[in-house]
Amino acid sequence: MGNIKTVDDTTFETAVLKASRPVLVDFWGEHCPPCVALAPVFEEMAQEYADRVDFYKLNVGDNRKVPATYSILSIPTLILFKGGKPVQQMVGFRGKAALKKLLEAA
Amino acid sequence: MAKEYDLVIIGAGPGGLSAGLYAARSRLKCVALEKRVPGGQITDTERVDNYPGFPDGVLGVELGQLMHQQAERAGMEMEYAEVTSLTLEGNSKRVATTEGGYLAKAVIITSGANPMKLGVPGESEFTGRGVSYCSVCDGPFFTGKPIAVVGGGDSAVEEGDYLTRFASQVTLVHRRDELRATKVLQERAFSNKKMDFRWNTVVEAIRGSSVVSALELRDVKTGQKATLEVPAVFIYVGLRPNIEFLNGLIKLDSGGHIAVNLWMETQVPGIFAAGDVRCNSAKQVVSAAGDGATAAIAAERYIKEWRP
Repeated sequence: MGNIKTVDDTTFETAVLKASRPVLVDFWGEHCPPCVALAPVFEEMAQEYADRVDFYKLNVGDNRKVPATYSILSIPTLILFKGGKPVQQMVGFRGKAALKKLLEAA
Repeated sequence: MAKEYDLVIIGAGPGGLSAGLYAARSRLKCVALEKRVPGGQITDTERVDNYPGFPDGVLGVELGQLMHQQAERAGMEMEYAEVTSLTLEGNSKRVATTEGGYLAKAVIITSGANPMKLGVPGESEFTGRGVSYCSVCDGPFFTGKPIAVVGGGDSAVEEGDYLTRFASQVTLVHRRDELRATKVLQERAFSNKKMDFRWNTVVEAIRGSSVVSALELRDVKTGQKATLEVPAVFIYVGLRPNIEFLNGLIKLDSGGHIAVNLWMETQVPGIFAAGDVRCNSAKQVVSAAGDGATAAIAAERYIKEWRP
C-alpha cells in the first residue's frame, strides 16, 4: 500500500479537493468481492502513475458524509478529481484496461 | 512478437481454471487470460453453497483463489489482459489482447457471462445511484429501507433473501406467476417475512432525481400500472454471454451462446467453448468446471494431431 493513502470524511477536503495534482479515490467497503478484486490492480496503477496522480481509498462503511455528497450507492466506485471537481467516474470493477482508460483523463 | 502456446484459455472462471488444471497436467504449455480476477462471476457473490466438497459453503472469492492456486501449481500460467479479438492463421489461432498478442494451436473460450440489463428508461442513468447488480456490494447502503429485486431465477431469489439482512422489506418483482429458482431457495424466500412478491409484473421505468426514488410497474395480465417507491432496485434477470471479441468467427445460438458438441468443440477445429458462454449450459459452477475438464481433454487430443 506504499503509494495509496487513506482518506476519511474529515480529511477529504484537504487531501482530495485541495490537492495540486489529479486524485483518484476508490470508494470501497468490506465484504464487497469486486472491491477485493480491484485492490491489487489499484495498487499496481498507483505505482505506475505515482509521478502524476495521488491515490486514495475511502471506506464507505466508516464514512457516510463524502459518499452521500457524490450520491454513491454502489461500490466499488472510482472518481477522478481534478482541481476539486469530479471529472471521471467508474462504477464496479471492470478490469485493468478500463481503469487505465479512466486514468488517461488525469 | 506474439507469445506462443499450445493452448490459450480465454477467461479464468471455474471453467477456464479447470481447463488449465487438466491441460497443465497433460503437460501442455498453456496460459489463461483474465481481464478481472480469478473466479469470474463467483467473485460477485458472497458465498457458494452448491459446489461439492464444501459442506459449509465457501466464499466466492476464496473458491476462485483456490482454483487458481491449484491450476498454477500444476503449471498453468496466468496473465491479466482483456481479449480484443480471436482470428485464424492457417491452423494457428491468434489471440489479440490489451497487453499483447498470443499464438496458439488450440483455444478454449471460457469467457463466461455478465448480468443482463433490464433495458428500461432510467436504468443506465441510475446505475450506481440506486440501480445495482451486486447485492453483496451495495446492500448495506439501504439498511432499514424497503427495496426491490427484479427477476425470478436462482440469483434473484437468493440475493433477495440475502438483502433482507439489510433492507426493511424486499419486494421481488417477477413477470411470471411462479418462480424458476431452485426449490430450496424458493422455500427460504417464501418463509422470509421480510419478502414480498409482485407476480405478473414488469418494471417499465426507473425514476428519480439524483438517485432512484421509485419504479413504474405494470401488471402484464390486467395492464394496471402502479408505482413502487423504493430507493434501490437490484436487477437479476439473466446473463448475457461475453462474445464481443469473436466478431462472427464462430456460430452462435439465438441467445448469443457459442454452439458446441458434447466434447465442447465449436464448428472451428481447435476452438472449444465451455461454461456459461456455451449453448445449453446449466450455468452452475460445478458444470462449468466439468465443461472445462472436457474441453481440455478434447484440446489435448486435437493438439497431438496438430500440424502447422
